[in-house]
Amino acid sequence: MAPLSDTVPPNDTVPPNDTVPPNDTPLALPGDALREGVVTALRAALGEGLIDSLIKPNDDVWVRVSAESWQQAGRVLRDVVGCDYFCFLSAIDWMPSPFGRSEDDPSQPAPERDTAIKQGYTGGETRMQVFARVTNISKHFGVTIKADVADVEPMVATWIPVYAGANWHERECHEMFGIGFHGHPDLRNMYLPTDFEGHPLRKDFPLLARLVKPWPGIVDVEPLPGGDDDEGEA
Amino acid sequence: MSLLAVDLPYWAQSLLRVLGGTVAVLLPAGTIVYLFLFKMMSFMQSRLGPMEAGPYGSMQLFAEVGKWLQKEDIAPARADLKVFRAAPLVVLMSTFLLVAVVPFGPDAYFTNFDAGVFYMLAVSSISTLGILMAGWSSANKYSLLGGLRAAGQLIAYELPMVLSVLGVVIQAGTMNLQVIVIKQNSDSIFGWNGLGYPYILTQFVAFLVFMISVQAELTQTPFDMPIAESELVSGYMTEYSGFRFLIFFIAEFATAGVFALIASVLFLGGWGIPFSWAGWDPTDLGSIDNWMNFGGPLIMFTKMMVLTALIMWVRFSYPRFREDQLQRFAWKVLIPVSLVNIMITAIFKVAF
Amino acid sequence: MPDIADRQKLSYIAAQAADARLNVELETEGMTLNIGPQHPATHGTLRIIVRLDGEQVIWAEPSAGYMHRGYEKLTEVRTFPQVTALVNRIDWLGSFANEVPFILAAEKLMQVEAPPRAQWIRTILFELSRIANVSLFLGDLGVQLGAITPVFMAFRDREYVLNLIESATGGRFHPNFDRIGGLKDDLPAGWITETKQVMKKLRNFCDEIEALLFGNEIFQSRLRGIGVIPAEVAKQYGLSGANLRASGVDWDLRRDQQLPLAYDKVEFKVWTHPDGDSFARCWIRLQETREATLIVDQLLDGIPSGPVMAKVPRIIKVPAGEAWVSTENPLGEMGYYVVSKGDLGPFRVKIRSASFNNISIVPWVLRGVYVPDVISILASLYFILGDIDR
Repeated sequence: MAPLSDTVPPNDTVPPNDTVPPNDTPLALPGDALREGVVTALRAALGEGLIDSLIKPNDDVWVRVSAESWQQAGRVLRDVVGCDYFCFLSAIDWMPSPFGRSEDDPSQPAPERDTAIKQGYTGGETRMQVFARVTNISKHFGVTIKADVADVEPMVATWIPVYAGANWHERECHEMFGIGFHGHPDLRNMYLPTDFEGHPLRKDFPLLARLVKPWPGIVDVEPLPGGDDDEGEA
Repeated sequence: MSLLAVDLPYWAQSLLRVLGGTVAVLLPAGTIVYLFLFKMMSFMQSRLGPMEAGPYGSMQLFAEVGKWLQKEDIAPARADLKVFRAAPLVVLMSTFLLVAVVPFGPDAYFTNFDAGVFYMLAVSSISTLGILMAGWSSANKYSLLGGLRAAGQLIAYELPMVLSVLGVVIQAGTMNLQVIVIKQNSDSIFGWNGLGYPYILTQFVAFLVFMISVQAELTQTPFDMPIAESELVSGYMTEYSGFRFLIFFIAEFATAGVFALIASVLFLGGWGIPFSWAGWDPTDLGSIDNWMNFGGPLIMFTKMMVLTALIMWVRFSYPRFREDQLQRFAWKVLIPVSLVNIMITAIFKVAF
Repeated sequence: MPDIADRQKLSYIAAQAADARLNVELETEGMTLNIGPQHPATHGTLRIIVRLDGEQVIWAEPSAGYMHRGYEKLTEVRTFPQVTALVNRIDWLGSFANEVPFILAAEKLMQVEAPPRAQWIRTILFELSRIANVSLFLGDLGVQLGAITPVFMAFRDREYVLNLIESATGGRFHPNFDRIGGLKDDLPAGWITETKQVMKKLRNFCDEIEALLFGNEIFQSRLRGIGVIPAEVAKQYGLSGANLRASGVDWDLRRDQQLPLAYDKVEFKVWTHPDGDSFARCWIRLQETREATLIVDQLLDGIPSGPVMAKVPRIIKVPAGEAWVSTENPLGEMGYYVVSKGDLGPFRVKIRSASFNNISIVPWVLRGVYVPDVISILASLYFILGDIDR
């Protein structure tokens, strides 16, 4: 290996980075015990607020809390579980899109579609769920936390007192899904003009580009390449 | 009064002087723009620069001038039109006034002014006025910021320029630029007059301070806060387009050339070669051969090119100072250094 | 480090006090200036509204969204392989790096792993895209501060990397090369020797930039002590990549998680800096570029042979589930939260882009600084508009 640069800038107090362990020691991956500890800590702090949890072995941990304990759960994650790094906050709309994959032929009547709302990991009762991810940097694990929001006037408490960076994420979530964040100082649109109507990432908001011009594949539909056992991509 | 032993009426002499002045301003500007801005900068940045217009892109400047001339004359609706239109002319005017006092040869000068140095320093600040006018009248916040920065910077760097030139004046004992040139080429260093006595040898510190102040007076990087292309787009020049921008552009490079001419007059010996080489008598100007009136401008041109290359080289290499760092540098470093230089020069002048 | 933060706080308080006093005495208001959306300094169409008191910023508010393309909605109407082509264009300077976390998330859901050769080549291309991205940053840094020459050297040397990526993938800027289960193609003949030579050239480039820019006193005085972000604030805002490491936080997703990429087979150093100022951020990126060239050299020496594509069905239907994968992209931490319902395409994809979090700290960090510092802080935070706006 070529010698690394030794040019330390003048009057600098950069310590030599010897604290990085060389890569021949096995990476101390968080075990499932750590993940179970997360669930236990949350249950201890929130009690009834923690509704469901899912631990995928050697993979990740999901928890679902009630909307009322959303902010408290954030605090527990930051202070008790030690997740000091805020990754992101967003929402999922579990309703299947009434437009399918926006490939409908506008001259034909709309086909029948399954409209059952089926939530994912850790279940759910409402159409929309707010979810966030935080990371514990020192122990190398992260937690995905979800919460149901009401269908009419969806609202949860803001995470700004817990993680200052949630400000922008909550603005985007509000703009895209219409979820209110109680206590947010400045809930205005992030990307779209102020007078934009509708919430684009909701499933019942159509993909406007496909309304303007229907999916070009309607006209020359080829059957998809057949066979399931060949190598290669579709 | 005769010029080159040809008797010309006064109006013809004035016409010649005007033409000569125009050439003296525009020719360096053009050469500097082509050689340094187009070619030297390009080679430093590992590219070729303009190659299409004329052989090796030599006609590019004419192409650019033509382009600027045929552009639409736009002024912002809320701009103060009289001031807006006058600003570029004020800046260019200061260049022409400046070149009036530079000697190009023993008889090739526009005016033999006894207070040449004083006049030169005074007139070089007129461009500050022009820049301020441009900044304020543009009805544009970026231009305003650029103009205000320029005001502070240009005034701050006038002082080191004045103080550094004072060292030369003390050594020469006169403010007349022609006499300064003659003295540099005829004096002797400790009795040996093989090289004349260019003041750069003893006034090296003053030379450095002068060049730095010139860099700042021209608002060239590292002192280009007023323009600051990545922040203020073009600073005080933002709203100017077409012919007016061309005037700013020419003024920038012409002033660089003229300042280089002045620096070569003050420090490098001006138009002369050491008199001892040609056996001229410093007290009798008529003893200098007439061909020197043609050789002088050529020598001045060469020296100007060398100094301008230095200015441009620094311009293309360094990042820019922040406004307060720039001011700190002028007031806390350059002015004390030049004051000390004056002190030492005075002491040595009296001692030796 | 506390001294610098205190000085910033004090300067901010002083600016506020001065402004308040002025407002009362002279009844002046600050001047509101729009930096952008068309501006040489912002890397694209970012608009920052600053309120100035003279040359000092009272408050600053970025207004993003001029380039919002609605990626998360678009992914819902694409099939899984089509999302790769879409997602190339988020961070368009290091575009292979955008595909990788999505492909890894889909592979996680399908429980398929790419063969070792594909994993190594993926890692090599990932590091090459990092080099392409950050070498442009190093050149652009000079332009933001007024040194117009280094950017040409950056573009010249970056061409070599782009040519490499093109010869391997077919696209300079948008390779669209990653596939679920592996890669589209194998490497062309002679690529490995070519890449080794290019890495040498890039190390020279890093040395050149270090001498020309980082050693310059003006450069250092413009960047040192400016825009200090303490570690706690950085973690709260979700700053990632070099921005986080410049505040002293030792967190690198290449080393700190176990992904099916070849990072555990090579040795590399993770650079941190205790200061947290603009200079630290820029300096770390320089070191990381050099480090990336060393990683590529090690990887080139050990590529295993074998197929580059695992056995996956022709029509890819990813089983139902949710997966989150994030990687250490050139700009920071980029991650995809993929929700699949067993269809041809994803149900919901949440794209966590690094620059979104990196820029969310701008209102906090720009209080009380001067206008030139606004530019230099933005330059050191380093964002790409496509990454902020998606």
